[in-house]
Amino acid sequence: MEREVTTAGSAAPIIALEGVTKRFPGVVANDHVELAIWPGEVHVLLGENGAGKSTLIGLLSGLQQPDEGRILVDGKPTAITSPSHALSLGIGTVFQHTMLVPTLTVAENLLLGAPWWRRPRKDGLRTRVEEVSRSLGIKVNLDALASELSLGEQQHVEILRALLRDSRILILDESTSMLTPSGIEELGVLMRQLVGRGLAVVFITHKLKEAAAFGDRISVLKLGRKVGEIAPERFRALDEESLISEFVELMFGKRSGDPEDVVREPHPGISQAAPVLSVRALTRAPTSVSPGLSDITFDLRPGEILGIAGIDGNGQKQLADALSGQIATDDGSILLDGQPIEFLPVHARRDAGLRYLTDDRLGEGTVAPFPVSINFFLKQIGDRPFWRSGIERRAELDRRARALIAAFDIRTPSSETPVGRLSGGNIQKVLLARELADGAKVVIFNKPTYGLDLANALATRNRIREIAASGKGVLLISTDLEELLGLSDRIAVMAQGSVVGTVENSETARTEVGRLMVGLAA
Amino acid sequence: MSAEASTIAVDPEEPAGVGRVILHRILLTVGPILIALVIAGLILVAVGVDPLAYYGYVIERGLLSPTGVQQTLTRMAPMLFLAAGLIVAFRAGIWNLGVDGQFLLGAVTAAAAAPLLANAMPVWAAVVGAFVLATVVAMIWSLVPALLKAYHGVNEIITTLMMTFLGVSFANVLVKLVFLDPETTVPQTRTLPVEDRLPRLFDTTISSGLLLGLVAVIGVHLIMTRTAFGLKLRVVGANPRAAVHAGLDVPWLTIAVFAISAGLAGAGGAVDILGVQGNVRADWNPAYGLTVIPMVFLARLNGFASIAFVLLLSVLSIGGESAARRLGVPNHFTLVLIAIVLIVLAIVEYVDTRYLSRRR
Repeated sequence: MEREVTTAGSAAPIIALEGVTKRFPGVVANDHVELAIWPGEVHVLLGENGAGKSTLIGLLSGLQQPDEGRILVDGKPTAITSPSHALSLGIGTVFQHTMLVPTLTVAENLLLGAPWWRRPRKDGLRTRVEEVSRSLGIKVNLDALASELSLGEQQHVEILRALLRDSRILILDESTSMLTPSGIEELGVLMRQLVGRGLAVVFITHKLKEAAAFGDRISVLKLGRKVGEIAPERFRALDEESLISEFVELMFGKRSGDPEDVVREPHPGISQAAPVLSVRALTRAPTSVSPGLSDITFDLRPGEILGIAGIDGNGQKQLADALSGQIATDDGSILLDGQPIEFLPVHARRDAGLRYLTDDRLGEGTVAPFPVSINFFLKQIGDRPFWRSGIERRAELDRRARALIAAFDIRTPSSETPVGRLSGGNIQKVLLARELADGAKVVIFNKPTYGLDLANALATRNRIREIAASGKGVLLISTDLEELLGLSDRIAVMAQGSVVGTVENSETARTEVGRLMVGLAA
Repeated sequence: MSAEASTIAVDPEEPAGVGRVILHRILLTVGPILIALVIAGLILVAVGVDPLAYYGYVIERGLLSPTGVQQTLTRMAPMLFLAAGLIVAFRAGIWNLGVDGQFLLGAVTAAAAAPLLANAMPVWAAVVGAFVLATVVAMIWSLVPALLKAYHGVNEIITTLMMTFLGVSFANVLVKLVFLDPETTVPQTRTLPVEDRLPRLFDTTISSGLLLGLVAVIGVHLIMTRTAFGLKLRVVGANPRAAVHAGLDVPWLTIAVFAISAGLAGAGGAVDILGVQGNVRADWNPAYGLTVIPMVFLARLNGFASIAFVLLLSVLSIGGESAARRLGVPNHFTLVLIAIVLIVLAIVEYVDTRYLSRRR
C-alpha cells in the first residue's frame, strides 16, 4: 500500500488531549491520556474490550465530558459540549453500528440534522454528493433506501455525511467489525484518500493486521491508560512482523502490581475421567444481528475449567445460549454425562445438571421488580416442595430463600426486597445460589465478573475455583484475559463464531491467546 | 402510564411499613377521584347544570334507591368478567384490547345457543352449555392475535383492536342474517324466556351472574398471586427474556393468556344475555370493555380493588343515565367523568414517582 508523506507542513495537531481522565462508578475509563491527532494521518487506536477506546470517542464526539485534563482544538482549550458542537468543530464520527434511518432514502438521511426551520435542499445536495464521492471514488445511490444498502455502503453514506458537513476529523469506531474482507480493503483505500485530502482519521480497532495495514500512527490503550505510541517515522521503519510482536507485548503484556491480578492457584489434577460435557460440531446460522456458530467442538472433564476467550460479540453469548437451550441450533450434538441433550428444552437441560449463569443479570437473569425469594426459584416454578399441585407454599419458599441468603452471604434487607434494588454483586450471588443448587454437573459462566467491584469479582472467582474443585465442569466465558489466565486449565479462543484455537494454560498461553484473539495464528 | 402501572402492580410491598404503603396507595387512588369530581363539577357549572344536583341524582339512583341498587349490582356481572379477563392479560403483559369483540361474540353465541339448548335439556344444563359455548367461541376468536403474537411477535394492541372491529361487525351479521328471530320485525335473536335465564338472587331482581362475576375476579386474583401458573404468567409479563432464560414456554403461555382472557370476556357476554338481556338486538354494543379497562388500571390489577372500582363504574353508569335524563346532560357525561379521573390519576402518578417517592 502506498504511504505518501502528507504530514509535511502541518505543524499543529487538530486536536490534542492533555491528561484527560474520565471516571465511571468503580472504573477509571481513561486515565491521564495524552493524544494528538494530526491532519493527514490515520491515527489508529488499538486496544482490547474495556481499554477505554469507546470512552475516548465519547469525549471527542461530545457525548461525554472529561473529569480532568483538557481537550485542545486547533491549540485552543475547548469544551466539546454536545455531538452537534463536535460536528460544528469539524469532528465527524461514524459509530460501530450504523446510525442511518433504515426507512429513509440515502438523500433524506444525508439531509437530516439541519435546523428544523430550513427547507431541505435536495438539488444542491446531489451536486455536492457527486463532487465529494467522485473525488473519493465511491458510488452512492441517493434514491436507495438505507435499509437496502450493504453494511459497507451504509458506512460510505455515513462517511459522506461527515464530509458534507466539512469534517476535518473523521472518527471510525470499529468500522471493520461488520465488514467483509473486501469491504475492509475498500475502507482502507478510502481512508488513504481522506488523509490525502488533509483530513485526520481516527481509526479504532482491535485487529492488529488492520492497524499495521492502514495506520500512520498508532496508540495502544490498555485499561484506560495509553501504554504506547508508535510515530509515523518509526512505524514505517519497522516490518510487519516486528510491529505485531510489539503490539502484542503492549496489549497483552503482564501488568505489574495490578490489584486485579488473578493469581493462578495450583489446581488439583483434573481426573482423566470421561468428559462431563462433550460438544460436537455445534452449528447455527448467523442472523443479521448476531454471529452464528460454526462447527464448535470441545470436551470438558469433571473438575476442569475451560476458558472461552475472544473479543466480545464473536459468538460467545450464542454458544452459551445454544448450550443452555435458549436458542436453536442447526446441527451438532451436546452430550452431558454421555446423554444427548441437544433436543431437550431449557428446563430439562437444567434438570440434567447443566447450569447457566448469564452475563445479563438484570436483562434476563432476574425479574427486577420481583422479590429476591421468587428470583431464587424462577427456574423451578411449579416444582415440589415449593409448589404443591401448582399452589405456592409460601413457608417452604421463605425457609429455602433465607437459607440461600445466609449460605451465599447475600446482602439484602429481606427476602422480599425486589431483586432489582440489590447491588450487582448481590444479584450475582442470587444467580449463583440459584444455579448451584443441588444437582449441578456443568456450570456455564458468561462474563461472571463483568461490572462487579473488586471484592465481588474476587469472591466470584473463588467460587468458580470451588465449583471446579468439587468435581463439576466449568465453562468460563470471559473477555478478561487476566481472569481466564488465572482460572482456566485450557483456553479456547472464539472468533467469528468458531473456535480458532485451544491452548493449554501454560507460561506461553498469554501470548498465544493474545495472538489468536487479534486474528493471528498462535 | 399503563406499562408503569403494571410494574407497580406486580411489585409486592415490603413487609416493613405495609400500613404506610397501603395508606399511600389509597391516597393515590381516592385523591384523583375527588379531584376529578371537582373538575367534572366545574364543567357541569360551565354548561349551566348544578353539579351537586347531578352527583345527588347519581348517588340516589345508583346507590340508594332499591331498584337502582339492584340494577347497579346486576350491571356489575358482565363488567366483573371483563375485569377478570383483563387482569389475566395485563398481568401477563398482554394488551388484550379486543375484549369488546370477544364479549359481543360470546353474547351472540349464548343468545343463539340458549333457546335451542333449553328445548333439548334441563334449564341448568342449557345455561351451562350456553356459557361454555360462548367461552369457547371467544377463545377461538382470540386465536388470530394469539398465534400472531406468540410466533411472530406481532403487536397484539393492534391486532386485538382490529379484531374488535371485525368481531362487532361479525356479531351484527350473525344477528341479522343467521340467528334472526323470525317472529319479530326488529332484527334480534330469539328471546330466552325469563324462566330459562340465570336465577335471580332471593327476592330481588339482581341476577346471580353477580356471584359468578365475583367468583371469576377473585379466582383470577388467587390464580395470579398464589399459583405456579400465575407466577409463570407474571414472569412472562414482567420480563419475557427472563422467562425464556428460565425455560418457560413463552409462546404456549401467550396463547393460554389470550384464551383465558378472551374466554372470560366471552363468558361476560353470556352472563349479560343469560342473566339480563335475554336476546341480542342488532347493533347492540354496550362497549363495557373500554370502560372497564381504566377501572382495572385504577385498581392496579388487584382483583379485590377491581371489584370496588367496577361497583363505582356501575353506580356512575346507572346513576349517570338517570341524572342525565333528569338534568338534560348528555348520557355520555359518565364517560367524560371517567376520562377526567384517568387523566388526573396519570398526572398524580407522574408527580408521585417524579417528586414524592424520591424521598424514600
